[in-house]
Amino acid sequence: METIIEMRGITKSFPGIIANNNVSIELKRGEIHALLGENGAGKSTLMSILFGLYGPDEGTILKNGEIVKITGPNDATRLQIGMVHQHFKLVHNFTVLENIVLGVESTRRGFLHTEEARKRVVELSEKYGLAINPDALISDITVGMQQRVEILKMLYRENEILIFDEPTAVLTPQEIDDLMDVMKGLIAEGKSILFITHKLEEIKRVADRCTVLRKGNLVGTVDVASTDVEELSEMMVGRKISLIIEKPEAKTGETVLDVKELTVKGKTQGKPAVNNVSFEVKAGEIVCIAGIDGNGQSELVYALTGLYPANEGSIKLEGKEIIRAHIRNRSKDGLAHIPEDRHKHGLILDYNLAYNLVLQSYYTPQFQKRGFLNFNEIYQYAQELIGKFDIRSGQGGKTPTRSMSGGNQQKAIIAREIDRNPKLLVAVQPTRGLDVGAIEYIHSQLIHERSVGAGILLVSLELDEVMNVSDRILVMYEGEIVANVKPGDVTFQELGLYMSGSKRGEGYEKQEERREAV
Amino acid sequence: MSKIRRILTSSGGMNALSSVMAVLVGLLAGFIILLISNPSNAVAGFITVMTGGFSDMFNVGMVLYYATPIIMTGLSVGFAMKTGLFNIGASGQFTFGMYASILAAIHLSFLPDLLRCFAALLSGMLAGAIWGSLPGILKAFRNVHEVISCIMMNYIGMYVVNYLIGVTGIYDQFRNMTTRVPTAANLPSLGLDEVFSTATAHGSVRNSSVGSGIVIAVAICIILYIVLEKTKFGYELKSCGYNRDAARYAGINENRGVILSMTIAGGLAGLGGALLTLAGAGRGIAVVDVLAVEGFHGIPIALLGLSNPIGIIFSGSLVAYLTQSGFLLQQHGYAPEVIDIIVAVIIYFSALALLLKGFIQYFLREKKAADTDIAGTIEENNGESPGDASFEDDSESGSFNGSKGGDI
Repeated sequence: METIIEMRGITKSFPGIIANNNVSIELKRGEIHALLGENGAGKSTLMSILFGLYGPDEGTILKNGEIVKITGPNDATRLQIGMVHQHFKLVHNFTVLENIVLGVESTRRGFLHTEEARKRVVELSEKYGLAINPDALISDITVGMQQRVEILKMLYRENEILIFDEPTAVLTPQEIDDLMDVMKGLIAEGKSILFITHKLEEIKRVADRCTVLRKGNLVGTVDVASTDVEELSEMMVGRKISLIIEKPEAKTGETVLDVKELTVKGKTQGKPAVNNVSFEVKAGEIVCIAGIDGNGQSELVYALTGLYPANEGSIKLEGKEIIRAHIRNRSKDGLAHIPEDRHKHGLILDYNLAYNLVLQSYYTPQFQKRGFLNFNEIYQYAQELIGKFDIRSGQGGKTPTRSMSGGNQQKAIIAREIDRNPKLLVAVQPTRGLDVGAIEYIHSQLIHERSVGAGILLVSLELDEVMNVSDRILVMYEGEIVANVKPGDVTFQELGLYMSGSKRGEGYEKQEERREAV
Repeated sequence: MSKIRRILTSSGGMNALSSVMAVLVGLLAGFIILLISNPSNAVAGFITVMTGGFSDMFNVGMVLYYATPIIMTGLSVGFAMKTGLFNIGASGQFTFGMYASILAAIHLSFLPDLLRCFAALLSGMLAGAIWGSLPGILKAFRNVHEVISCIMMNYIGMYVVNYLIGVTGIYDQFRNMTTRVPTAANLPSLGLDEVFSTATAHGSVRNSSVGSGIVIAVAICIILYIVLEKTKFGYELKSCGYNRDAARYAGINENRGVILSMTIAGGLAGLGGALLTLAGAGRGIAVVDVLAVEGFHGIPIALLGLSNPIGIIFSGSLVAYLTQSGFLLQQHGYAPEVIDIIVAVIIYFSALALLLKGFIQYFLREKKAADTDIAGTIEENNGESPGDASFEDDSESGSFNGSKGGDI
């Protein structure tokens, strides 16, 4: 088979980070080539470069052996490269047909001439088994249908190289089956497909070859048929020298958090984001929620902390039902929250450091009297936390929070949340985007909290962190907990299997199977 | 030099500087307009614009009189802005405040003078507060954007007041406006009108219209400054304004914040209306289908004062100063409307005050980076955050893709 597209030695860095480091990939005509990697491995960046959304810092792109320059999506279209984005680019109040022809409308004396277009769209949809109603409004059709429209858009433009960015993330199992068939059909017609995913099962089902990226680096390209899922998983996750964390045995106490049959609806229709989840966290243990981003972890945390209403179930904090409690009351009852997005939820960047450090306690008698803030106390307290948690700040409590580095902003949040002596600390990706030193520090703080008897619920996407810090791991997949394991009893590979939905732990079989067993 | 720079780079100094720049640009544009319309008198006219308000005590008094209501509406808009809301409904709240204060001043004749005046002020404030609270309630419970509801409330307010004037017995059909507020109910002048007065050529003394209203307006500004900067309540309201999500995260009830903030903003505009009608200068509500202009003046005044209550005292006074100068400009053969154009240009540039602020900040920091290390931290941080966003492989990196990509 001849090579249709080759990306050679692509390097792309963003301020402070190298998204792709000397990555090469080769797509052959008529193959499905999977691109595998964890979150932040650089898959989307690489494909965005191919589609012309970013220019590479170094490296070349060749089509049919000739060097080409792609400076924008229009160039990509000219080279017959099409992309189905993870978030569809459709006009919701246009019809299917209008969306497909958008930008390449056939006109006659300036008036739209849709007859021809309609004929071609119908032909294409029959040829590739992409049944659609050309006159339906996008807002009225399902997500699976919308994806078909996106595929038809590429076909209508006679693209040869089709990029699918995580196409199955939004689909139901049935729709995934259909998509797989469509992809095979496209290959049979001589198209070539680049398929971004982190679901190993799907790669095994449709892909011919697979290129694995890890932290921006190329791990390798393998033949899918001769590689098993475990190997792929190991390639994706990798095993680097992990941070060694001094951690005494957990001394667990009473149950701090008891979640029963919790269901949270998602923003989109269809499956709930959190589906009938039950688990508990005891005092003195770190329970880690592992999983690939977007499997319901954020919604679970929102429901626990009260940022988002839960639909069904029960959440008990030290035996007290808090599912309907106001955020302030949960906080008073001993729930601390290190949020996922420190700029959106964690900090008020226009306030100075001291103001941010009292964000959860400004109303206590310590910091206000008869409604007037006690500035002496506030700045003294800030000075105390700055010393205790080693928050580097130019002007002490008066430092504008916006001017602080990410690591120190995160330290400020952690200082604020930990210093309240919480009973339950919910930490969501507390080390995201931080350097090694800050990560180490934050881990040691979490372990210190555990030793003083707090229950800790850690949500993490980093497998190293999951394995090293936690006492118990819960794996979430599509809104459900699919495994409850101890880090000592599980390998990286196994964890990868749980996370990609290829395997389920004991007692966590699919609901239908469980029902059958009963 | 370094000391000056430190003051300028402090946030307060920077804010003031950007507003001053907006005013200077506005004045320059005004001079150009004067040059175009009548070149021979342009210099004299411009001197009048610059100095007219201070030319004698009478003019100073009139400046203070004009400043009073627009400081209040500016405060109304600025206060709401500090809490993340755009109160474009100050006009309706102002009209309602005027109406309620006239009504109370006329009908509460059984009260002793000072109490009657106080009751009229309070009525105006309450009426404005009620009118302002409605968009707040709609926003909190039904998520109606306050700009839409405020604009509608302006019109509803105007027509309702026009109707009520007729049915509540305060309509003067010869003047087609509200009945004159009795002198007994007027705000005490505290002798200010006599202090700010000028002897005319005929030997008589011309008193300005200033009274205790300006004292009340300035006092309210100071009170609000304290509320916003020194109290727990202000901390909560500003949290909602700066970052609604973080305020929610911290357990602050944002709906309560929205309603209270709009109610207070409405009360301030209403009080502004009451201060105008009770000033003793004979201002009432003309029964015409025109929105009260003072409410809209509040927006640029708040912008120019960067929503700071103390800043608003100055920006309100400035606009009043230019208004008064505008009357004097007629003696040079210019239409008084020229001053409206100058005010409009200043207002236009005050909207750019934030942009100018960013520019000044950038300019000063460039120089500052050489001698202090704080800039280093800032740069480091700036470098990091976009990196975070772009490296997010799977989730919302759409901001990057979207900005450049769009559709094929």
